[in-house]
Amino acid sequence: MDIAVRELSYAQAIQEAMAIAMDMDERVFLMGEDIGVYGGAFQVTGDLVERYGADRVIDTPISELGGAGVAVGAAVTGMRPIFEFQFSDFATLGMEQIVNQAAKMRFMLGGEVSVPLVMRFPAGSGTGAAAQHSQSLEAWLGHVPGLKVIQPATPHDAKGMLLAAVADPDPVMIFEHKLLYKMKGHVPEGHYTVPIGKAEIRREGRDLTIVATSIMVQKALDAAAALEGEGIDIEVVDLRTIRPIDRQTVIASVKKTSRLLCVYEAVKTLGIGAEVSAMVAESEAFDYLDAPIVRLGGAETPIPYNPDLEKATVPQVADIIAAARDLVKGVR
Amino acid sequence: MATARKAVADSRANLPFVYRHYSQEQLKQVLHKMYLIRRFEEGAEECYMRGLIHGTMHLSIGQEASAMGICMPLAEDDQITSTHRGHGHCIAKGAEVSRMFAEFFGKTTGYCKGRGGSMHIADVAKGNLGANGIVAGGIPIAVGAALSAKRMKTGKVVVSFFGDGANNEGAFHEALNMAAIWKLPVIFVCENNGYGMSTSTARSTAVKNIAERAAAYAMPGVIVNGNIFSEVAEASFKAVERARAGEGPTLIESKTYRHRGHSKSDRNRYRTKEEIEDWMANRDPITLFETELRDFGFIDDQGIQAIRDAVAKEIADGIEFAKASPAPEIATLEDYVYTEHA
Amino acid sequence: MPTEVILPKVDMDMATGQISRWFAEEGAKVKKGDVLFEIETDKAAMEIDAPASGTLRNVTGKERVDIPVGEPVAWIYADDEVYAPISPLVGEMSTKSTEGGAVPPTSQREAPPSGLPAISPTRGEISQSPTAGRATPLARRLAREAGLSIAGITGSGPRGRVTRADVEAAVSAKGSAAPAQPTAGIASPAQAEVPPAPAAKPMSDDQVLKLFAEGSYELVPHDNMRKTIARRLVEAKSTIPHFYLTLDCELDALLALRTQLNAAAPVKKTDKGEVPAYKLSVNDMVIKAMAMALMAVPDANASWTDSAMVKHRHADVGVAVSIPGGLITPIIRHADEKTLSTISNEMKDLASRARSRKLKPEEYQGGTTAVSNLGMFGIKDFAAVINPPHATILAVGAGEERAVVKKGEIRIATVMSVTLSTDHRAVDGALGAELLGAFKRLIENPMGMLV
Repeated sequence: MDIAVRELSYAQAIQEAMAIAMDMDERVFLMGEDIGVYGGAFQVTGDLVERYGADRVIDTPISELGGAGVAVGAAVTGMRPIFEFQFSDFATLGMEQIVNQAAKMRFMLGGEVSVPLVMRFPAGSGTGAAAQHSQSLEAWLGHVPGLKVIQPATPHDAKGMLLAAVADPDPVMIFEHKLLYKMKGHVPEGHYTVPIGKAEIRREGRDLTIVATSIMVQKALDAAAALEGEGIDIEVVDLRTIRPIDRQTVIASVKKTSRLLCVYEAVKTLGIGAEVSAMVAESEAFDYLDAPIVRLGGAETPIPYNPDLEKATVPQVADIIAAARDLVKGVR
Repeated sequence: MATARKAVADSRANLPFVYRHYSQEQLKQVLHKMYLIRRFEEGAEECYMRGLIHGTMHLSIGQEASAMGICMPLAEDDQITSTHRGHGHCIAKGAEVSRMFAEFFGKTTGYCKGRGGSMHIADVAKGNLGANGIVAGGIPIAVGAALSAKRMKTGKVVVSFFGDGANNEGAFHEALNMAAIWKLPVIFVCENNGYGMSTSTARSTAVKNIAERAAAYAMPGVIVNGNIFSEVAEASFKAVERARAGEGPTLIESKTYRHRGHSKSDRNRYRTKEEIEDWMANRDPITLFETELRDFGFIDDQGIQAIRDAVAKEIADGIEFAKASPAPEIATLEDYVYTEHA
Repeated sequence: MPTEVILPKVDMDMATGQISRWFAEEGAKVKKGDVLFEIETDKAAMEIDAPASGTLRNVTGKERVDIPVGEPVAWIYADDEVYAPISPLVGEMSTKSTEGGAVPPTSQREAPPSGLPAISPTRGEISQSPTAGRATPLARRLAREAGLSIAGITGSGPRGRVTRADVEAAVSAKGSAAPAQPTAGIASPAQAEVPPAPAAKPMSDDQVLKLFAEGSYELVPHDNMRKTIARRLVEAKSTIPHFYLTLDCELDALLALRTQLNAAAPVKKTDKGEVPAYKLSVNDMVIKAMAMALMAVPDANASWTDSAMVKHRHADVGVAVSIPGGLITPIIRHADEKTLSTISNEMKDLASRARSRKLKPEEYQGGTTAVSNLGMFGIKDFAAVINPPHATILAVGAGEERAVVKKGEIRIATVMSVTLSTDHRAVDGALGAELLGAFKRLIENPMGMLV
């Protein structure tokens, strides 16, 4: 019997999820810049326009603010839009509609409406696209009550979480690291969901908890594998959702390992690592800490163009290895 | 009385648009609602000054004909997005003043359960998707609602109210462009009251008339006297017809005036007393409409007094309702942030 | 955040330093750049400036106490910062542990290893204080649950931080006998008077024995001497800030003189026949040289008391004597005034009576310094534990032929390494060096000991 595991790339997994969502629900449609015949800047929508037509795979003008607002308006009046920002950096142009409208509409109207909106943000550095096309702005949106913010780290989760997002009655912001789009992994066929708000333990360990997001999950796993030979046993928690954050999983893990390292690509200061650190420090896990909490995040700089500088801006496997080793060996 | 009624019927053919299209009852109802808007805002202002309402509010006194005229041809399930100066739109679209007062008082019986207040007043059941604290914030949302209407073939039309200030926001231009390219059933209504807060349109806007912006987006641009109910209603009627026919959006510029300042903290330094008094004395939309109705024989002084009395009672009752309503429990603070799962 | 004032590293190899003097006191207003205190290192005194402006608070760094580099010694609160006094318990811990200057031993490793003069296993390293209760939250919780005081646990983490592993070691060392110590934020003034929190106790008897198969050993109960040695050495090593100086002395001249002197010894008639009136050993000459050096550098001939420095007028030199089951240190009184032959004969008498445990207390109590010689065992170099009330002890290694470079030429000389341990409270580095220099001069020019 052939039990070969079906593999898809992260981008293909998203595309498949969007197709399934459109098959299942007539109200679902896609909006974004160049997502039609062009197939999306990162070929995530691909040929969906041929399969679902230009009415359901809508190329918008280059109008992020207006486009985002149209998506909000459609969502609030019964549709299920999936809006693609070409780059997460362009969220800055649509911020008003995301933050002031989508996030708050249900609240401002006393629960009279819901905003079942999905927004996708290709994010992160590593493509040489420099300062305005490489940012990781998830924490900006993670700061806004009313939004849900997720960062799937695998093709499996990319599909399952997108389908969960489409089914969610509230606005869900999906940050997809651009370097993950080509990552291959097992993706089940058909419809399934991966819950929003639930972290995943990617690897169990007893010496140190690494809480990582997005592409840093794989880097943390690589670091953990490398440190295995030194007898260092690392638990890697894939946060998956930064709002609402999964306190329980993180706190339980830290209570087990007594050490915490947060790894994320976004600028270190005021980022998700600060939130996770504070959350742990405020929790009952405090009394289980046997070392300072350490964050590894992006440098305090815009993403540079030069490839060596670009690499140096965000945590790499070697950085994670060094930080993890220092923590476990009690150097920090 | 009998002669007067006969005169109405005979002369209708030569009367302005609304007198030809709507029944006497409907028109009397319009006067009633214009008074309701005016007295609601006066009542809210008084409650504010007595400290019963906190925050701030933006009064549309002087703009009642615009709100009523635009909403006149709309069906109950047609939708609007409104502005910070949105009390008139809300009432014109069918809201009850008691629940509006309750909202202003921050009570659980308010339209937004005390979470929105004046600036976010809404009545989703009557198609009002909400006032908006962000200038031009509601314009793309209206386009999105129109996209829904078109995709779901509901036949609904969406009106987006905004002020003259919004015409210089990017969202205005982006939204008009998209509505035009996708031929969406949306009507953009710019209530030009002459000032974006303190800055006059002459100082802020490159074109003389905001309706001229429509040309850039290949849609009709219509200028109406916003203080004349019939003119506004006629323009709205045509735009609604066009929208329902799938011919796309229209931009209506309704030129009007607010008697009050921008908000409760306005010291009125940017316009003269004479200018304000001229608008109040000679161009008040309620006076203009009431005079027409009487001149055309649709109502007499007694009828007018009856409307005024009824409105006064409705307002008094509304305030009493609001005062008596319960305030939200602090424990419910985080309600409505997310959709509660059943 | 108030600004931390630390004991800075001002010298390359500096692990600890002493504040010789504070220029500002608790509660004083200081400006950034004001001189806050003076650090004394082995080599120099250095003035340390205030790192910020504000009010000086929580001054925990005591004067004349060894403080690990990087340790906070005070805090400066900016004018708009609210001063939160550190808890009295923590303050007390800090004071006690730093005043002690050294952590009580955590294992038997630091107890005297043999009947020989105790050898400090870590040359030049001064025990780290456990600091002002620096510990991880987990360590605190585990200690609390185990009824241990964090202050009594030596931290192995960065800057002396106590971690889980340290507490677990302390817990297993505590054994069943140790009563639980009250801890955690309930310090009362009375409690603050309690002696320093107990050290992480050495392993219990049972715990030690458990490590060995039954029948694989024999238990020898301690006699009083063993107990006294244990007690005094633990006390010495944990209360005296030891400081070590080493140099080499060439012995060729001394050995030649010794041969001459011994050859010239008159013969004395005894009941065992005729014997030389004396037979000088190198150690006798070392005793004499040490005594004379102390007279030449009188400041080093001292004893520490809390209230005053005791400056001795004579050099009374204790000599560590290994005896079955232990060691004892009889004293050659006024060795500076005695001839080599007198010293030699007195030493022989004392040593022989020591071995038969016939010494009277006044023969081994007191003294102003001591000499411990392991040269006869071939030991090249070691450091000895000071025997209070002495302020110094000289550890003498074997004289051996070594290649010596002099004026660009290599030649062979008989060389002896000696290490002076000093009580840093009484004898500072330079003073100790001066003393050792005087000693070396006498050893290398031994005729000086004859006049």
